[in-house]
Amino acid sequence: MRLDHKIIYDAVTTGAKVLDLGCGDGELLDILVKGKQVKATGIEVDDQAVYKCVEKGLTVFHSDLDSGLAGYPDKSFDYVILNQTMQELKRVDFALSEALRVGKKVIVGFSNFAYFRARLRMFVKGKVPITKSLPYQWYDTPNLHFLSIRDFWDYCNKNEIFVVDAKYYHRTRFVPIFPNLIALNAVFLIEKK
Amino acid sequence: MIMNNQLGILKTQFVDFDEPLSLGCGQKFGPVTVAYETYGKLDDKKSNAVLILHAFSADAHAAGFHEGDEKPGWWDDLIGPGKAFDTDKYFVICSNVLGGCKGTTGPSSINPATKKAYALDFPVITVADMVALQKRLIDHLGIDKLLCVCGGSMGGMQALQWVSDYPDCVKSAIPIACALKHSPQQIAFSEVGRQAVMADLDWQSGYYYGTGKNPERGLSVARMVGHITYMSDQSMQEKFSRTLKQCNYTFSFKADFEVEGYLRYRGDSFVKRFDANSYLYITKAMDYFDVSGDVLIAPDKNIEAKFLVVSFKSDWLYPSYQSRQIVDLLRLRSIDVTYCDIASTYGHDAFLLEFEQESRLIKHFLEKVTAQK
Repeated sequence: MRLDHKIIYDAVTTGAKVLDLGCGDGELLDILVKGKQVKATGIEVDDQAVYKCVEKGLTVFHSDLDSGLAGYPDKSFDYVILNQTMQELKRVDFALSEALRVGKKVIVGFSNFAYFRARLRMFVKGKVPITKSLPYQWYDTPNLHFLSIRDFWDYCNKNEIFVVDAKYYHRTRFVPIFPNLIALNAVFLIEKK
Repeated sequence: MIMNNQLGILKTQFVDFDEPLSLGCGQKFGPVTVAYETYGKLDDKKSNAVLILHAFSADAHAAGFHEGDEKPGWWDDLIGPGKAFDTDKYFVICSNVLGGCKGTTGPSSINPATKKAYALDFPVITVADMVALQKRLIDHLGIDKLLCVCGGSMGGMQALQWVSDYPDCVKSAIPIACALKHSPQQIAFSEVGRQAVMADLDWQSGYYYGTGKNPERGLSVARMVGHITYMSDQSMQEKFSRTLKQCNYTFSFKADFEVEGYLRYRGDSFVKRFDANSYLYITKAMDYFDVSGDVLIAPDKNIEAKFLVVSFKSDWLYPSYQSRQIVDLLRLRSIDVTYCDIASTYGHDAFLLEFEQESRLIKHFLEKVTAQK
């Protein structure tokens, strides 16, 4: 299991109601349904990915996320997942507030832009960072937003979002110290009271 | 022609119901005959029945071949052994709608009281009336609960009506390319079609049966308009562009362009197979259809049915936003709904043509529904 999936798997309680925003081909939801018997729903914009979700027997909604989550009542999911999704959204702020509205807890996974190799590439070479978790050239990246672990902490503090847990990792290992420098990726568990 | 005739040679069956139906307009109406076909076998528990609901101008002949047929039923690509509606697993039923002209009682049927065709003495019917008659058929076949109700366009509306009227009799629903209610634009197109029929002097206020004259020109024009709405700008471009039937303009009002010839041909062939009054009654039923708000699912009702809602990106007659309205309504009630907006350039016609994509969705959705107790 991918480490980010493992972190999310461990965070989600058995039988929970889960909404995965940008669920892709449904790999994570499938794991959660099989292992944790969650009641799963995905939202995905890519046609082919939607077909793959249906083939896995998943409930999926074919849409982008920029129109929000209208139709879902407040706190109607135990967990809303935004794993490697945020960077590609046009309106991240809106999507996060919608996620926090419909979800009791929100799980956010993203790549850390302040990873030391990214910093070095910027500082030494004067070039846009390309790392294991951000492997794209400036002209072909699907990512519209770049953030660091510290940026996300600041965002949560500023918006009165409570960080229940935060896990940082580098490929297959957790990073216990200096995450903003050493971690390639982060997974946050957040909530808004 | 090699026939891929896995279902064998089929015949439409008929059943009569003597007890009158209580219609939405307040009238009681009967007796009624229903034309239907079935494919596959009903299992011992009677738990594998799928009701296919046809669109505006189709019939009970959804799959397989009749004796002497060159073409199979209208959804043969989806119904049969190994197909999305796998007849090795499911018992598939399709019936002609009330008000139609393909075997089920409609305005062209003989009124037993007068021994003449009903014509406009036929009551104005609703989609709910069509569904009430289908319920009679399902009861007649001894089925308490349908595994699935599925249809495109007006067939999708009937699927929604089933959920609204008989929520406990439906385990899942697949409304395709349809809406909770007709928009003013859709009503407008219906009305143009009806006006075309009624403006034809041969319509004779609806009592044209037995006069040797049918409102063929009117009905043909109505169908031509219909066909435009079923296609998309792109599909017409691809199919016809501005190709001429002959090399040069004729400088007359003959059909110069391929598209004109096509529409005329479609109009002319339609009048041979469809009754003008059925056109009026069925389009009116669609215009009256409205399961928006609390109608689809009553506020105090919890339903277990699962949904697969499908729309097509280029469909401008039943645009995707109307399907998303269905989904939003279901989400608000925390009902399990999968939605896919299929990338197609065929316009509204896509529901009859994009069978590969539809199959991928329907096949797995049905497997999921079947697996659930």
